[in-house]
Amino acid sequence: MSLWIMLALTSLGSYGLKLAGVSLPGSVLNHPRVQRTASLLPPAMLTALTVTDLFDVSGHYSVDWPLLAGVGAGAIAMRLKASLVTVFVVAIVTCALLQLIA
Amino acid sequence: MGELTRFPPRDRDERSIDSDFPERAAITRAAAGIGVYAGAFGVTFGAIAVASGLSVLQAIVMSVVAYTGASQFAFVGVLAAGGSPLAGLSAALLLGTRNMFYGVPVTQVVRPRGLQRLWTAHFVIDETTAMAVAQRDSRAGRYAFWATGISLYSLWTVGTVAGALIGSGINTSAFGLSAAAPAIFLALLWPQLSRDGAPTVAMTAGLVSLILIPITPPGVPILAAAVVAAVVGASPARATVAKKES
Repeated sequence: MSLWIMLALTSLGSYGLKLAGVSLPGSVLNHPRVQRTASLLPPAMLTALTVTDLFDVSGHYSVDWPLLAGVGAGAIAMRLKASLVTVFVVAIVTCALLQLIA
Repeated sequence: MGELTRFPPRDRDERSIDSDFPERAAITRAAAGIGVYAGAFGVTFGAIAVASGLSVLQAIVMSVVAYTGASQFAFVGVLAAGGSPLAGLSAALLLGTRNMFYGVPVTQVVRPRGLQRLWTAHFVIDETTAMAVAQRDSRAGRYAFWATGISLYSLWTVGTVAGALIGSGINTSAFGLSAAAPAIFLALLWPQLSRDGAPTVAMTAGLVSLILIPITPPGVPILAAAVVAAVVGASPARATVAKKES
């Protein structure tokens, strides 16, 4: 039940943030420090999400080599300016193949 | 509404739908392409959501109502790592604040009035904002916003339904799916790193979250990254330094 409540709050909250964005006067959101914080939130959090996906298993350090290699292969594809879908397919296929071998 | 001066005034009179504009076909193609990749990510989200403990219905509700990919992946990612739903909620909403800031440029292009804001808001995400602001005038921008928004929303939802059903039927961990979420996060992160001060903040946030993994409950390392962003973002001294560097 708690999962349903949190999921509903996340979903409605996500919509609420969007609605606030199109409803609030631009001057509120145009404050430089507010904008700067907002623009730094995604890079900071996406890095943390990547790090925890790669090294965190229920609060313990753990490395899954096929996973790490898959994401690494995706990162290489990204550096070669591959499209988002290609990056994604390269990561999944590399990981799956290495899981099969391991 | 001083922002409106960004566009030539004649633009306001060119709102008739039947008059065509040259970019229309190109925008439609781009919107369809974005929809296809959204469909693929939707399948992934559905499968990962179910593997993280969500029911098929819960996964679909998230895509229909929240409709913001990174936040949804963050929510189920925190749950999958053993974090509490509250930690998942906090991470998802903090990541979703960027959609609020997209409201400013989107409003300038789409110009929703009154109740139109209620449904326009739902479609304000990374891709629709990028497509709307990339157009030459606001008529093309409006078309780009709606074409991208509708194509992405429908395929993201259909993809989620398919992924959740597939994920509840078979064990997807054997298909390399664990690499999907971090690969998506990394791919979303990449273009963000060109921003002022972003590489330093990202590296600090990554290091802080890595150190916190064995110390704090799951989910907290991600929230700590938000604190790093807030501290740097709100500090006037750091802002000046970053400007000098660029």
